[in-house]
Parts: sequence; C-alpha cells; structure tokens
Amino acid sequence: MSASAIFVLDLKGKVLICRNYKGDVNMADIDHFMPLLMQQEEEGMICPVITRGNVHFMWIKHSNLYLVATTNKNSNASLVYSFLYKLVEVFTEYFKELEEESIQDNFVVVYELLDELMDFGFPQTTDSKILQEYITQEGAKLEVAKTKVPTTVTNAVSWRSEGIKYKKNEVFIDVIESINVLVNANGSVMSSDIVGSIKLKTMLSGMPELRLGLNDRVLFALSGRDKGKTVMMEDVKFHQCVRLSRFESDRTISFIPPDGESELMSYRINTHVKPLIWIESVIEKFSHSRVEIMVKAKGQFKKQSVANNVEIRVPVPSDADSPKFKTSTGNAKYVPEKDLVLWTIKSFPGGKEFLMRAHFGLPSVENDELEGKPPITVKFEIPYFTVSGIQVRYMKIIEKSGYQALPWVRYITQSGDYQLRTNV
Amino acid sequence: MQEWANQLCENRQFGSKMTDSKYFTTTKKGEIFELKAELNSDKKEKKKEAVKKVIASMTVGKDVSALFPDVVNCMQTDNLELKKLVYLYLMNYAKSQPDMAIMAVNTFVKDCEDPNPLIRALAVRTMGCIRVDKITEYLCEPLRKCLKDEDPYVRKTAAVCVAKLHDINAQLVEDQGFLDTLKDLISDSNPMVVANAVAALSEIAESHPNSNLLDLNPQTINKLLTALNECTEWGQIFILDCLANYTPRDDRESQSICERVTPRLSHANSAVVLSAVKVLMKFMEMLPKDLDYYGTLLKKLAPPLVTLLSAEPELQYVALRNINLIVQRRPEIMKHEMKVFFVKYNDPIYVKLEKLDIMIRLASQANIAQVLAELKEYATEVDVDFVRKAVRAIGRCAIKVEQSAERCVSTLLDLIQTKVNYVVQEAIVVIKDIFRKYPNKYESVIATLCENLDSLDEPEARAAMIWIVGEYAERIDNADELLESFLEGFHDESTQVQLQLLTAIVKLFLKKPTETQELVQQVLSLATQDSDNPDLRDRGYIYWRLLSTDPVAAKEVVLAEKPLISEETDLIEPTLLEELICHIGTLASVYHKPPSAFVEGSRGVQHKRLPGSAGSGESVDSPETTSTAGVSDAPPAVIPSQGDLLGDLLNLDLTPTTAGPPPPAPSSGMQLGGMDLLGGGLDSLLGGDLGGTPAIGAGFGAAPAALPASFSAPVSGGLDDLFDLGGGVGMPMGAYSPPKSVWLPAMKAKGLEISGTFARRAGVIQMEMTLTNKAMSVMTDFAIQFNRNSFGLSPAGPLQVLTPLSPNQSIEVALPLNTSGPVMKMDPLNNLQVAVKNNIDVFYFSCQYPISMLFVEDGKMERQIFLATWKDIPNDNESQFQIKDCHLSSDAASNKLQGSNIFTIAKRTVDGQDMLYQSMKLTNGIWVLAELRIQAGNPNYTISLKCRAAEVSQCVFQSYEAVLKN
Repeated sequence: MSASAIFVLDLKGKVLICRNYKGDVNMADIDHFMPLLMQQEEEGMICPVITRGNVHFMWIKHSNLYLVATTNKNSNASLVYSFLYKLVEVFTEYFKELEEESIQDNFVVVYELLDELMDFGFPQTTDSKILQEYITQEGAKLEVAKTKVPTTVTNAVSWRSEGIKYKKNEVFIDVIESINVLVNANGSVMSSDIVGSIKLKTMLSGMPELRLGLNDRVLFALSGRDKGKTVMMEDVKFHQCVRLSRFESDRTISFIPPDGESELMSYRINTHVKPLIWIESVIEKFSHSRVEIMVKAKGQFKKQSVANNVEIRVPVPSDADSPKFKTSTGNAKYVPEKDLVLWTIKSFPGGKEFLMRAHFGLPSVENDELEGKPPITVKFEIPYFTVSGIQVRYMKIIEKSGYQALPWVRYITQSGDYQLRTNV
Repeated sequence: MQEWANQLCENRQFGSKMTDSKYFTTTKKGEIFELKAELNSDKKEKKKEAVKKVIASMTVGKDVSALFPDVVNCMQTDNLELKKLVYLYLMNYAKSQPDMAIMAVNTFVKDCEDPNPLIRALAVRTMGCIRVDKITEYLCEPLRKCLKDEDPYVRKTAAVCVAKLHDINAQLVEDQGFLDTLKDLISDSNPMVVANAVAALSEIAESHPNSNLLDLNPQTINKLLTALNECTEWGQIFILDCLANYTPRDDRESQSICERVTPRLSHANSAVVLSAVKVLMKFMEMLPKDLDYYGTLLKKLAPPLVTLLSAEPELQYVALRNINLIVQRRPEIMKHEMKVFFVKYNDPIYVKLEKLDIMIRLASQANIAQVLAELKEYATEVDVDFVRKAVRAIGRCAIKVEQSAERCVSTLLDLIQTKVNYVVQEAIVVIKDIFRKYPNKYESVIATLCENLDSLDEPEARAAMIWIVGEYAERIDNADELLESFLEGFHDESTQVQLQLLTAIVKLFLKKPTETQELVQQVLSLATQDSDNPDLRDRGYIYWRLLSTDPVAAKEVVLAEKPLISEETDLIEPTLLEELICHIGTLASVYHKPPSAFVEGSRGVQHKRLPGSAGSGESVDSPETTSTAGVSDAPPAVIPSQGDLLGDLLNLDLTPTTAGPPPPAPSSGMQLGGMDLLGGGLDSLLGGDLGGTPAIGAGFGAAPAALPASFSAPVSGGLDDLFDLGGGVGMPMGAYSPPKSVWLPAMKAKGLEISGTFARRAGVIQMEMTLTNKAMSVMTDFAIQFNRNSFGLSPAGPLQVLTPLSPNQSIEVALPLNTSGPVMKMDPLNNLQVAVKNNIDVFYFSCQYPISMLFVEDGKMERQIFLATWKDIPNDNESQFQIKDCHLSSDAASNKLQGSNIFTIAKRTVDGQDMLYQSMKLTNGIWVLAELRIQAGNPNYTISLKCRAAEVSQCVFQSYEAVLKN
C-alpha cells in the first residue's frame, strides 16, 4: 500500500540508516538510487519517482540528506511523500536540525521512531508532541514514564494529552496572510492570490473546547447576517483537530487544540489584490560594456501602515562586475554568488515611492552560455493589517473546570511567492 | 562504511557532547570478541552499551550476526530501550540464523503477556517482522490474545501483524481464523484499530484478489464513515482508499457517501485530500447529471485541487499528474482555473512540464490570449526541454483553438527569428502540423522557414521541413534546389528523413515534371539500389512503378488530399482513463499506466473500472436486481434448458419495472478479456430467428437474474434498452447515446451481425458495435470504411478486432471517429454509409447517427455574441418544433442537455414560462442557437432553432427529443 522500506542517505547516496518494513524489496537495490538520480540530473530531467525494474524510489531531499521510500507495488504516492515530509518534521522537532550529523548522533532514537512511525508500510502515530511522551532521547531518565502508552496515541483526540496545566490560561492567535503575485514583464498581473494561515500558541489547561469565529462570508450568509465586511475563502484546510463535518454542515470551527504551537488552519482567497509593493524596472544591457538598472518601488497600501524589512532582489548577469549603486532610501548591495542586487529598506511607509539605480560593467568577451530570466522578487512584512480584511470575531474557550482564558490576536501581511518578470 | 564510523569517532573525540556516535568507535577490527564479553556482562548498563555498539555496527553495514546468541540473551530485560534494540537486531538477522531465532520465541510469548501494553505491542509488532517459517506457528497464540487485548494500542498493532503473517504464510492465517477476527475489528470501538484493520484487510485483499475479503456492505461502509471522522490522517487515507473499492447500490447511496466524504477535502494533509477526490470522482459517475447535488459536488472539487499546488513540489507533482487525468475525464471542473497553472521561475522542471501539459488541455477560446502570452514567455527560457515543450504547446494551441491560429503562427515566426537552434527546429515541426490543419492559409510564411534550412540538424525538424517543401513545391521557386541540397548526404540521414525526402521529390516531380526528371531518378535509385532499408526500398519501388506505368494514377495517389489532423493528440484512451481515475493518488496515476503494467504478479488482478461503466456484472448480481427483475426463483448458476429459456424470455412482462435496479452502465469501451462463450451462445440462440429486436433485448435485459453474472456482458445492448424504456433512470454518463440497434442483420451478411450505436465520450466520437458471428466458420480480417458523409466522419484508426471471431461468438468494438474525412451532403443529413469487410466478403449498410454526437465541448457561446448572432441570423432560418410529453423541470432539462454539450447560456422566466437560451457547436464549426420554452405543468415544450445552415435544424430537434426523453 505504501512503502516497503525507508532509507536516509547522505549526499553521496550512502545509507545512513534504514528500516525494512515489508521485506518485499531487496534492500541492496538502494545502491542503484544515486547513480540513477545523477543520470537524471545530467539529462536535466529529474523526477520525484525513479523506477528501476520493478522497484520504485520515491524521494525527497532535506538539507544534506535524501529520504527515500522504496516499493514494488502500486503505492499511494501522495501518502508516501506526505509521510516523508512528516518524517522530516518529526526528526526536526526531536533533533532541532535534521542533517547527516543529527542522524548519526541519535541513531537509537531514530530507530525507535522509525519503528513507531510506520508499521508494515502503514504510517501510525506521527504527532511528535505525543511521541515525545513515550519515546525520549534520554532513555535512562524516563524509565518510569515510559511504562505506559499515552492513551492519546489511540484516542480520537490523538494530538493532545490529558492533564496539561498552566497557571495563566492564554491563547495567542496569529493571522498571517501571504501575498502571491506573478507580474508579467509588461506590467500586467498574471495571477495573484492570498494564502492565509491562522497559527495558535495554546497555553491552556485541561481539555478545552474552542470555537473560533471569523468574518466568513459563507457563515454570514448561512446565518442571515449581513453587517460589516466579510471575506470569501476559496478553500480552507484545517489541522486534524478541527471537526471537519461540523464545518461542512454549519461553518463552525470547533476543536480541542494541540498544546503549544500549531497551525490551526490555512485558507486561500482568489480575489485580485493590488500588489502591495509595486515595482517598475528598466534594465538595459549594453553587450560587452555595461548593464544599467533602474528600479522604482511604490507602496500601494494605506498611509498609516508600514512595511518592514523590505528586500527587493534584482537579477544581474552572472558575468557582471564593478557595481555602483544610488538609492533614494535603504541600502543596495551586490550578491555575486546569487547574481543579484539586494536592495533592503528597513521601513517602507504606504504611499511612498523610492528609487534605486545600479550600474554594472560587462566583460568584453561575452559569456556564451544562455542565462535564464530570473524575475525580480520582493519580500516584506506589514504588521497590524490583513489584505483580505479577515478578522477574528471571537474565540470561545470552554473547559469543564470553568477557568477564564484570554485570547490574543495579531495580524500580519507578508510577501509569499512575489515575482515580477523582467524584459531582459 | 567502516570509514564513516571511524571518521565519525575522530570528529567526535574532541567534542564535549557525548552522543550516540561514540558507539561507532568500537567497530574496529577484532572487536567482536570484546563485544561478546561485554554482552555477557553482569552489569545492566554495560550490556546496554554493548548492544548499542552492536546496533551501530549493524547500521554501518558491518556483519555482526556472529553475536546472535549473545544478543538474544539480552532480550529478557525490563529495560524497554534495551529490549527495542535487541528486537531491532532480531529483525535484521533472524532470517540468516533461522535455527537460533527459535530461541527468541519464548520471550515473545512472554512479552505478549507483559502488564505493560507498550511491551505487548512491541512484541507483537516485532514478531511479524521475523520472517522465519519455522517460528510463525508459535506466534499464533500470542497474536490471538493480542487481537483481543484490552488496550487499543496493542489491538491496532496486532491488526497489522495479521497482514504480516499472511504475507509469510497465508494458509496458516486462514486456518487460524485470523481473517475473521480482523474483519470483526472493523467494528472496534477505537478508530485507530478500525483504520489499521482496514489497512491490513486491503493489503491482504490486494495480493489475493479473489479472496472476497472486503465484501463491503452498507453496514460496514457506515462503520468506516464513522471512523473516518475520528482517526488520524493516515487512518483516514486507509479508509478512503478502501471506500474507493466499493460500488454503491444506487445513486442515493452514492450521494450519501459523497456527502460524508466531502469534508475531507478540507484536510491539511494532501494525501487525505487526493484520496477523498478519488472516492468522489468515482462515485460521481453514478449520480444523475441533472441532480443539483452533482453540480454542487463538481464545484467543490476545484478549490482543494488548486490548493494542492501550494504543497511541497513532490506532492504538487503527484497532484498535477492527477489533475491531468481529472481534466480529461471531467473538463468542467478545472476549466476556469487556468491561471494557477502558470509556471513560476523557481518551479522544479518536473512541475513546469506538468503545468504546461495541463495548460494546453485547458486552453480554449476564452483564455487563449493569456495562454499564448505565457507560452511565449516560456519559449525564451533556458531550460531546453521546457522551452521545446512550450514551443510545441503553441502549435497545439493553434490546432486546438482555430481563432488563435493566426496569432500562434506569428508567435512562432517571432521565435524563429531568435535563431535559437532548438527553438527554430521545434517551431518548424509544429508549423508543419498547422499547415495540415489549416491548408492554404499560412503558406506565406514558407519563405521565412526556408531561410532556416541550414540550421536544422534534428531528424524530425529536417523531415518536417522537407515535407513542407514537397507539399508546397509549386509555390517555392527553388524547391528543386532545396531538396537537392538534402540529397547529397542521403545515406547519412535517418530513415524518417530519407522517406520524407523520397516522397517530397516525387511530389515535386509530379508538380513540375519538366525540370526535375533527373532529381527524381537520382532519389529513386538512391532509395532502391543503394539502400538496405526495406521500408525505403519498398516505397521507392512503389513510386517507381507508379510513375512508370500510370503517371495519372501516381498523381492521384501521391498528391491525394490528406485527412485533417485531430485537435487532441495525446488523450488517454477512455478505458485506461477510467481505470486510472480509480487509482488517483497512487503510482499508477503518476505514471499514467495501469498497475498491471508495472507491478509484478498483478496480471491476474482485475482492472478497476468506474462504477458507471464497469461491466454490468456486479449490479446484475446484486440481490436487489434479483428481486425486482421478477424471475428470482432460479438459482443464479443454473442455466435453463434452451426451450424453457426462450419461453421465459418471451413471456416476460415487457413493461418496464418502475423501481428499476441501479442502471448498470452500458459498456463504454471494448470488452476486456472476458468474452464469454456461454453468453455468445445464448445470444446467437436468440438472435437466430428473433434478430435481437429491441423488445427481445429488453426482455433479455431483465432476465439475467437467472443467469450468471458474466452473461450480461455480451448483451449489454439489451440491458441498455431496458433502462431506456424505464425512462428517467438512464445512465448519466457523458453525452446521450442511443441504445444499440441492429445495423446489419446476419442474413444479409453471410452470418455477420452488426448492431451498434454512437457515443461521444470525453470529446471523442465513438462508433460502438457488437459484431456477432452467426456463421459456421471463423471470421477474421475485419476492416471498416465510410462513404463520404455530411460531416466528414471517418474512422480515426483501424477496426480493432484482434482475435478471430469464432462461430457463435460476439465482440464489442469501440471505433473512435474523427471528422476530417471527405464531405458530401447526405439525405437525411445524418445518414452514414458503411462498408465492413471480413475474410468472407464486403458488406454494406447505412445507419443514422444522432447529431448530438457532433456537439463539441466548447459550444458555449458568450451571452453578448449569442444575442448578436440570434439577431443576425435571418428569420427565414428559424424553425419551430414541439417536444411532447416531457416532464422535466427547466433546470433538469438544462442539466441533461448540458451532458450532451447543449449549453444553456441564459434563462428568463416570463409568466411562469421558462425560456432557456442555448447554444451548441458542431464539429465543423456550425453554431446552432436555440430557445426552449417550458411552461410549468405543460408537458409540451416548444423549441425554436436558429442556424445559418437551416438544414441541420431537423436533426438537432431529433437530438433534443432523444436527449430529453432518455
């Protein structure tokens, strides 16, 4: 159904650790993986599934590691990739960084985790907070605690343990909206959307029941309310703690939250947004002599708001040299290893317009390799503001002990995949 | 490996952090002995350290199997961590030391009764991984206990262990009754146990397709759906994948399952979403298209599919491969989502190529301007494969969307100006196709193409260019020089180019005989005398003889008008597509290949089919059918004697049963494999003197309750009739397709009987026929040809009857048609004259196709254009008809018509009368506009049709009537 075995390889394809779950694929077949991958890379045709005979390798790369699942069946590929990414998540939460060294340093726990995370190719408990209750790094210390399976493992509420206690009961809600924009060289917006995410930091005792109220247009339409601004969410994805059937029937977001930090939900909004930071660029390339770049950035948001840590990356040819810059604000520098000019503006008020000019020399002998046309990309963060106008209307917290808890809300808008194509 | 361990310890030696890596230091030579001593130490701590060192050596690939007895001795410990390590060692080496593995059995048995559930579960989990035949039977008792354990953590682990054991010794598991216990676990109170039981059963069922393990019934389905809300994300996937194998009894059950599955589309895990999409795509087949819920469901599918594109790149890739299938099966779902497939600079190449593929599939008149702008952008990228595909895509757009052809051609010319070698070559290849699609329209660009002759070094581009020069030789002044220049290196060219060159020069000669005689002789001699390629020689000789014996005939042959090329070149064959839809999310859907093509030992496995179109066997077999069909007494396996059967069938009440059984789908494609002799026999028995008239067909359709399930396949025509008579229960699959009727009776065709119908499936017109051999001898060598007809219908490929047709056998054939054949107006307009040949003789018959087969998918006109066109068409061209006795609401009618590509553009209600404004487009580009008036409570509809070619109106009206009443 899914994986026959899971391997963690280093960059050269050497097996660091592996676990054979089903025994129906020869474990030595993994030796073919790296040569095949390198062949694909050479041909410029890499693909997340590699086939050799009747063995299929499904792989992902994380820092200096390859995580590979093998199978000889018609496996559920999306399950396998989800699982591999889950593996990365769990290992990262256990070891802070997942890399070659952390695997070697913790091989006993890695084996234990591999044993617990998957059985005969079926993923099992993968919630690292719960796993940490009975699989721990310091074996000796926790001998006592480990004599019991946390009931959470098999509970319907498999993401929260019982008996959590806080002196002060609080929940922090972050509403973060990322703007994805793709602008053509002629300045027309090809596609734009908003991907929002609501993150929680829960510090609540016991088994609290939470209900989150948003100004969701569908909900308002259902309940016949028509006051105020509402937001139409194109698609919503929830953490597994949210009761999906409840949401489907009456749009109520009700859940027992995981303890600590988690992403409660994400949503996508299709409405056409005006790119918050608009870039106009003129890049003139005079072959064998120089490149001249003029970039104008304009804040297309309210005057009261300020975009922080704005970074505008402008690509330059790889053989450019002797950079010269002039900016009306902020700081521009050349990043030769990435072939770009990085223009940073710490604070960018709405409605303002700034200018940057750059001048590069080009060698007289031209690089005859064709270069791609990377787009200009922009990064920024605007606090206290969401583009979509989404609002947390309430967060009801009910726990049987009847304590009072405070919800805190914070709004941020930031750049997502923000690309403006250039004409050079 | 050794090196790694050593290097590692060196690195670590000076580090202050003491980590597991220190255990790797002991794997130097000669230390096995030392380890042995440590393993046998009295001190617990030392023992544990030693086992860790052993595992470390194992991890770096060193053989430490020699320590087997010593490690197993450490097994009896109350230290969980140590126990886990020993178990891990056991799993790795038990197979190489089967005799010693027995030593471990006692501990397993004991551990399975440990008070700590973690240990019980660990023992049962590890047990199953020790693949040693000898010890499996000792494990049965502990497993039996664990399956009934009070702790759900142990039960869920034991459930998986059954699958493990089954993999080692299936017989043992069956004998011990574990499968029944496993089935009982589906009713367990704990959702995770249910999920693992489902996973284990599915796994076992997959390797034993005939075991009938997962006999899903509404009760179990209900249990699964309940567990679905409560189990982990992975459990949800197991359950959804299992649900996807179920075939609901009727559309109501199908809808209720869909309703309970749709909330999963909001799950954060992409794999849950895709598995839910699979269930919905499959069950949707059973929903009537005029159902409101059907439309709601369609709308719900697009947003989650789009969101999958923000997942990690590998998951995006799986999603894109699946969207590619979904777009082919149900184009309406994604048709407004073009923008999300625009390629980002930083997308990995595999994502880029897939997005491009989907963009072409979604390209339509409405979005073509944007698409072209994007494609042009991509064509100037640097990634060679991507650029090539982008250029090819521009060509495909030109062929697909006629209105854009001109813009595409000019874009291609711009790209040729870039002089980037591979761009130029790719552009020339696609321009050749554009010439073929739109003859005599864009030849003005030939001069530009010729300028680039010298830069072409790829065979495909050279061949394309040569074809162009040959085809348009009369317009290219120096065609002879150009072709001659290729001739010099004739023998170095690839076969493709050689063949093309040969043909092109012959064409040139036929067009300009005076000045090219020498050239043609040269190429003919090169091809026939100096070449050792048989294809080339053959073609050379044919031309030679043609030219020397009958130049006029040669001209007719070589310069004959070529058939037009079709729009969609790489559509997946419909039966395969259906199978792949059943495998959404799996490797099959990624490869676009059936599992049987890449999984060993799965050739005997049934091909999954969509419920609407699967062989009707399943539903005929269901108890409900038995009871409604009326002849339920006869045991299903007994076949009545001939006389009785005939009698029964004839006496059957032919009035349709109202509470009809779920409509088994008329088979859509070819009947795979199972051509049943029995069925054929009975068929011919009936057909012999009764000729399979619809009435008998209907009776037959009701009868299979008394016959084996497999029987229904050859008579699906009959079943079809039944449901058509039943009215309203019709199968909502694609465009309306009339029931099969006999086109060629056996007596007129020396024993060959052909009955058939036409259908439009996923945009492809098909002629679906049942060929029955009622003669005494085997029939072979089937072929088919059409006479010229009103819409240029012609077979898109040869008639696929691969095996000889034995006496009393029949075969289902689906012949895809295109509309690029020669055109001649027929009377009636939709008449088609067909010639079928076999080894006995050639037979002729004529049949009429419903004109709705020719309504194309993009026949929805813009409102404004509709208004303008309606006014523009003279009133003389308007014809009015009455459709009597139709009881559909206007929405239902509109939905039903949409299934046949009749699109409602606007609806107006005046005085309780609904006016639907509708448009449809024929394959030859003729638009038909309609106004359908429906008065509430009045079963008679009025329809007005307007069309520039008024003669089609009568046929269109007939189609309206047929679609609405079925």
